[in-house]
Amino acid sequence: MNLFDYVRPASVAEAVAAASAPGAAYLAGGTNLLDLMKAGTHRPARLVDITRLPGLDAIEVLPDGAIRIGALVTNADLARDPAFVAAAPAVAEALLSGASPQLRNAATVGGNVMQRTRCAYFYDPDSACNRREPGAGCDAHGGDTRGQAVLGWSEACIATHPSDFCVPLVALDAVVEIAGADGAREVALEAFHNLPGDDPANETVLRPGELITAIRLPAEAARFKAHARYLKLRERTSYAFALVSAAASLAIEDGAIVEARLALGAVAAKPWRARAAEPHLVGVSVTAAGFEEVARRAAEAALQEARPSGDNARKIELAMRVATRALVLAAAGSPARMPALPGSVFAPVPTLTAAGDVHG
Amino acid sequence: MIPNLTLTVNGDRHEVHLDDARPTLLDVLRERLGLTGTKKGCDRGQCGACTVLVDGRRVNSCLTLAISVDGAEVTTIEGLARGGTLHPVQAAFVENDAFQCGFCTPGQIMSAVGLIAEGEAGDDAERIREGMSGNLCRCAAYPGITEAVRDARQRLAQNERESV
Repeated sequence: MNLFDYVRPASVAEAVAAASAPGAAYLAGGTNLLDLMKAGTHRPARLVDITRLPGLDAIEVLPDGAIRIGALVTNADLARDPAFVAAAPAVAEALLSGASPQLRNAATVGGNVMQRTRCAYFYDPDSACNRREPGAGCDAHGGDTRGQAVLGWSEACIATHPSDFCVPLVALDAVVEIAGADGAREVALEAFHNLPGDDPANETVLRPGELITAIRLPAEAARFKAHARYLKLRERTSYAFALVSAAASLAIEDGAIVEARLALGAVAAKPWRARAAEPHLVGVSVTAAGFEEVARRAAEAALQEARPSGDNARKIELAMRVATRALVLAAAGSPARMPALPGSVFAPVPTLTAAGDVHG
Repeated sequence: MIPNLTLTVNGDRHEVHLDDARPTLLDVLRERLGLTGTKKGCDRGQCGACTVLVDGRRVNSCLTLAISVDGAEVTTIEGLARGGTLHPVQAAFVENDAFQCGFCTPGQIMSAVGLIAEGEAGDDAERIREGMSGNLCRCAAYPGITEAVRDARQRLAQNERESV
C-alpha cells in the first residue's frame, strides 16, 4: 500500500474541498478501496475519511413519499430496516445477496454505487487496462472473458459493474444526490455511470471533489412493493459476485400488469435498465397460463442488442433465463419473509395459480 | 500528521502512536497490541479469519483502516472467555467438533457471536450457513460449525432466560 495523506473533515463542505485535490479519494466503509490499495490497483495521494460526517446516515421518508437513504447508511442497516424492506423488498434482497455479513456491516450505500469493476485485468497492476491507465490497452480482450460485458462494451473496455444494490435501484428510477464545490445537484442513477466508449477511466459523471450524499427512491417505487424480486446467478451458492442478475418489479391491478420495470446486473459497465423489455409486459395477466412465455419474450427484448465480448456468448442466454425467472418470481409476489438464500437461483419457483392467489 | 489512535479492546483502553495512516485494525491488534488470536488469512476480505466486533458489529479487520475507527470499542477472540470459563460460543465450537486445524476458528467464533446478536438466523441451518458465509474453513468443518452456532444460540437464550 502506498503512503497517503489522511484527513478527517468535519463537514461536507470541508470534505469536498479536501477531495478536490488531485489524487484524493473518499474513504467510507473501505471494503473496496482498501482491497484496491492492497493490490496496488489504486494509489490515492490522500484519503478523505467521511465516516464521521454528520447527517449522512439516516433513512428518511420525505413528505412526498420518496425515501432518502444517506450515503453513509451501511448495506446491513438498510437491508434490516423494516420500513425500507416493506417499501423496496427487491432492493433489500439485492443487498443481502451481495458480499458477506462482515462486509455488509462496513460497506455503505454511497460506496456501493462507487465500487470499481471486479475485472481481473483491472485489478492486476501487471495487466494492460485502459480503465486503470488510459491508453494502456486491454488485456481482457482475448483473455478470460466469461464474466465480461455483453452490453454497452467498447474495444477499449469490456468490464462490468459488479453491484447488486444498483440493479433494483435503477429499475425503480433512483436518484443520486451529490454535493460539490458549486453546491448540490442530482443525477438519475441510470445516467450516473458512463459506458466505456473511448475513455473507460471516466467511470461516472462525478466531477473532482464531488461527494454522493444520498440515494433517493421516488415515491412511485412503492407501487411495485408487492411484486418485486432480485435474482442473481453466481458461481457458488453465496458470497460471490453475479455472473448475471436481474431485478424485476411489477405493478399489478386486477391481476394484470399496469407497469413493469426490469434491470440487469453484471452485463455492462453500468447497472442496465432494460427499457426495451418493459412494454412487452404491460396489460399481461400474471395469472394466465403462458406468463412465462411472455416473460421470456420480454427478456429476449432486453438482450436484443447484446453481443459477446469474447468467449462469453452464454452470458446472453443466461441473462435471458435469469430475467425470465425474475419476472415469474415477481409475478408470484414479494416474499413475506426474506428468503434464507436471498436472490438465489436454488430457491423453488412458485407456480402462478388462479386470480387473487398469486402469492403461492 | 496522524493523531494518536485510541481503541478500547476487550475493555482495556489503548493509545497507539501510528507513523502513518496505513495500518489496518488487524495489524494494530496483532503487531502493536500483541493480540494474535485474530488471524491474517487472505488479508483481502475474502476469508473472514480476521473477523472482530467493532462497536458490537462483526467486520473484517483486514479491510478496516485503524485510524478510521479511532475511539471504537473492539472485541477480539481474547475478550470472550470470563476467567477460566469459555464463552458459550467457544464451548459450543469445542463440543460440536467445529474445527480441525483451528486457523479460521477465532474468526468463525467472532462471526458467530455477531450472527447470534443480529438475531435473524434462529435455528434454521440454511440461514445459519448463509449468515456464516463470510468465513471460509479450508478443513471444511462446516457441518460442525453450523451445529455449534445453533447450539450456542440455544445456550445464550437459556442463559438469558435464567438471568431474568
